[in-house]
Amino acid sequence: MLEEIEMREIDEDRARCHNTRAGMIEALKIVQRRRGWISDDVLYELSAHLGVPPGELDSVATFYNLIFRKPVGRHRILICDSVTCWVMGEEDLKRRLSEKLGIAPGETTRDGRFTLVPNACLGVCDRAPAIMIDDDLHTGLTPAQLDAILGRYE
Amino acid sequence: MAIIYIENKPYQAPEGKNLLNACLSLGFNIPYFCWHPALGSVGACRQCAVKKYRDESDTRGQIVMSCMEQVAGGLRISIDDPEVREFRASIIEWLMANHPHDCPVCDEGGECHLQDMTVMAGHAYRRYRFKKRTYANQELGPFINHEMNRCIQCYRCVRFYRDYAGGRDLEVFSAHDHVYFGRHDHGTLESEFSGNLAEVCPTGVFTDKTLKKHYTRKWDLQSAASVCVHCGLGCNTLVAERYGSVRRILSRYNGAVNGYFLCDRGRFGYEFLSSAKRIRRAAKRNSASGAMEPADKKIILRSIKEIIAGGRVIGIGSPRASVESNFALRRLVGPDNFYSGMSAAEEELTALSIRIMKSGCASFPSLRETEKADAVFVLGEDVTNTAPMLALALRQSVKNRAAASLKKNRIPEWDNGSLCVIKDEEPGPLFVASLLPTRLDDAATRIFRGSPTQIARLGQAVAHAVNENLPAVSGLEQAVAKLAEEIARELTEASAPLVVSGAGCLSGPVMEAAANIAAALAAVNPRAGLFLALPESNSFGLGLLSGKPLDQAFQRAEKGEVRAAIILENDLYRRSEKKRVDRFREQCRHVIVLDFIDTATAAKAEIILPTAPFAEADGTLVNNEGRGQRFYRVMDPEEDCRPGWRMLAEIMEYAGIGDAGQWTTIDDIIAGLCAEEPELQGMREIAPPAEFRIYGQRVPRQPHRYSGRTAMKAHEDIHEHKPALDFDSPLTFSMEGFRSGPPPSLIPFYWSAGWNSVHALNKFQAEIGGPLRGGDPGIRMVGSSHKNFEYFKPAPVTPTPGGREYLLVPYFRIFGSEELSVLSPSIAGRIPGNLLLMNESDAKRIGAGNGSLVRVAVADAGASLAVKIDPGIPEGVAGYPAGMPGVEFMNLPAWGAITEGG
Ligand code: SF4
Ligand code: SF4
Ligand code: FES
Repeated sequence: MLEEIEMREIDEDRARCHNTRAGMIEALKIVQRRRGWISDDVLYELSAHLGVPPGELDSVATFYNLIFRKPVGRHRILICDSVTCWVMGEEDLKRRLSEKLGIAPGETTRDGRFTLVPNACLGVCDRAPAIMIDDDLHTGLTPAQLDAILGRYE
Repeated sequence: MAIIYIENKPYQAPEGKNLLNACLSLGFNIPYFCWHPALGSVGACRQCAVKKYRDESDTRGQIVMSCMEQVAGGLRISIDDPEVREFRASIIEWLMANHPHDCPVCDEGGECHLQDMTVMAGHAYRRYRFKKRTYANQELGPFINHEMNRCIQCYRCVRFYRDYAGGRDLEVFSAHDHVYFGRHDHGTLESEFSGNLAEVCPTGVFTDKTLKKHYTRKWDLQSAASVCVHCGLGCNTLVAERYGSVRRILSRYNGAVNGYFLCDRGRFGYEFLSSAKRIRRAAKRNSASGAMEPADKKIILRSIKEIIAGGRVIGIGSPRASVESNFALRRLVGPDNFYSGMSAAEEELTALSIRIMKSGCASFPSLRETEKADAVFVLGEDVTNTAPMLALALRQSVKNRAAASLKKNRIPEWDNGSLCVIKDEEPGPLFVASLLPTRLDDAATRIFRGSPTQIARLGQAVAHAVNENLPAVSGLEQAVAKLAEEIARELTEASAPLVVSGAGCLSGPVMEAAANIAAALAAVNPRAGLFLALPESNSFGLGLLSGKPLDQAFQRAEKGEVRAAIILENDLYRRSEKKRVDRFREQCRHVIVLDFIDTATAAKAEIILPTAPFAEADGTLVNNEGRGQRFYRVMDPEEDCRPGWRMLAEIMEYAGIGDAGQWTTIDDIIAGLCAEEPELQGMREIAPPAEFRIYGQRVPRQPHRYSGRTAMKAHEDIHEHKPALDFDSPLTFSMEGFRSGPPPSLIPFYWSAGWNSVHALNKFQAEIGGPLRGGDPGIRMVGSSHKNFEYFKPAPVTPTPGGREYLLVPYFRIFGSEELSVLSPSIAGRIPGNLLLMNESDAKRIGAGNGSLVRVAVADAGASLAVKIDPGIPEGVAGYPAGMPGVEFMNLPAWGAITEGG
């Protein structure tokens, strides 16, 4: 069930938007913020609330790789795989992350702690290679720093 | 026209058009995917690249997408430049990276735009050696098959379904190399135009599921030009056959009628041709046992001769029979004894609409022209359900405001990406005034719901607001008066306003009000148009034959003046109350039914003669705009079946009536018709006569790759059978003949070297998206050169009866209300139940809820139906599922009682 507060936030946002279609992304983000991901049930409720067919909403939801349509871990690691990061050692970083966590990109660790998501550009090419965990940016990384960083996220 | 240079040679091309269109129109081949003449350009697939040069001295040039370039004087391009050729080959290579290459098992194979473009772009060898992405397919209902792996991500499907046709249950999901085109979940595609996906999708993702049931490759299909028989719009179709059964229907392009598309009723209704209800043998009732027994045609003809000799014979025609068949019947029984066979209301509205058209009160746009209207007012018609393709056209009209503002900003009309961004911002205006909720409501700017009288009053108020010399409507509610003002203002300000009405609410005053508005608008704006929908494929054509109303036939029988009735392709139980038809049957000593399906009327006949339905007959149908169009048989009729007119000619010959012995071909009948009806001279020009030849040759119905011909009947006989002969048209049942460029009305299929898909059509059009080379087929039979329109007087308001009376109004469904298509299994799967639509408080009042059984009774008829509560229905009104299978005829709209319990 959508919660009162979610609906209120969504409606407030919708009032600011040009049209309902434009409001869809924000609505998905609002719901995901509290629940971590968008389940089918939530999608249907949201579609009823916004008055758009579920397909239209899911079309938007599945387009963005930061709207999650599957459960994710407590912390989401975004690893930048754009050109600059790739030049600066992204591949190495990704391999080490995968090894440490025992998951491939797109997967979640068994203990539900981390989800690893590749991301095309985090916008900090000047400090490549970069990863983002939840809302924190970590830049200029070497594989050796990973342990310490991951340790901060329980 | 501008001069452009292609490979340094000058060509004329229309200024402002898009370059891809211009090049294709000039006969050049450029591969393309995302572009479609009806859907415009989005520049997404990058397949249509050409090289553009600054000027004569520029030798390097720049690669551009031809579908996104505007034609302008002096434009220099190359299609053949090696670099751009290589570019195009690489584009198709990556579009196909994940394509499964499964042509041998793909239904699109042999008529696939992707195959054609692959060959054209020169992508001959596959280099991609890695794992391909694969998808789960969806179950999309009875019409469309889904095979997502074949997708090349051109986005045409969603652009057609969503942006063009207004569907909301087909989407694109995900991104990157795993985009998915489908529904959110398994389930039937809801749009009434879903079948077009099979033609719009350039690959084998969306294909015709009914074809799959008896699949045949395009090159093995024998085809012929035909006209849809499932509503009054007369969309043009291509009918394809193999082994004596019709395999599928495709849209036959007509630049003035249906353009590129068809509705699902028209595309999938054909399955009725092989329904168990088909009549194929002549039969006679055994007077002792009362059972129908097959009988030799000779014996039957003899009995008919005797019956005719007995005198007092009347003929009852039909709006679903061709002009020729109706005329032959009229000749057989004589004009005084010829009855149209339409219900009273249908008869009146058909005559009215013909009268209005003849009066020349406004312009009468073709179906395709209605797309260009920039303000529309629909009165009393749920177009999606009564004239489906009109709904598709009106859905385009609501984008014209946005298109105009693009134009103001110098953005070309074909730039569909831009149009889609702003189309929802200034939609319309489209006003819908209807009895019940309609399927076009979602596209409407404003909706008015009311009884026929209220709709007519609103209409008259609009007419008055357009021209204040017309009588004002007294006692209008303030809100309605305001709405009338608004509608009048929008229509007056528009450059091409359109008024739409028809027989949809079975009310003359509504149609009259529509005519008044159109006439008032046309007095100041010659582009003001009126479009009147009629219910059946030949309503108009029958209307031109001045038959008398069915009611008069009943009255005559009542007086004992009818001994025998010959009923042509008509189920009278759909036209009048059961009681009255039963009585009429009792009063006629003999009833002879000519039909191709077994109807309730045929079940009571003394003699049945099987006629041939459209696929097995030639004839002319006149659509709602008075356009006479010829359909050709795709195969010879089997067993005893004959085209109605031929069967009637045989009877006349046998009975020695008139000059009927000379009626051997359809041309003879048309000549006879023109002699009797000078008004219908146009009939001669609709199609070339049977003797027409091109370089002495006929036009083949079979493609030159048609295979297995010699072995087709090998199970019966080792000798190759002689092809059937055709004395009625210049077509032949063969591969041999003249195959390039037949006159447009004869084109049996589209094919051109290198173009095996439906896009071969490009080579048959004078300009892509414009008329066919040689002009669009069909002749408008009713001219309106002389203006003699007199405004209709507003109808008096009928008093509302008191007590427990409800206004029963008919509602129609695209899948369900049409007699023939409901016999098609795929369509049958889409028929909603027979439900009485009611407002919640009305239902409560009689103690009914969703699904409860109630009894409906009007003057001469009654029925038991389940209730469906629909919040969109006005209080005091109930919607009756007119014409749906198993639903009794009622003369609606009418006041009646609804009581609880069956
Ligand atoms: S399904 Fe067909 S129309 Fe849709 S994107 Fe794929 S290839 Fe194009
Ligand atoms: S709109 Fe009418 S004529 Fe056209 S395809 Fe549909 S049923 Fe046939
Ligand atoms: S057809 Fe021009 S980019 Fe697709």
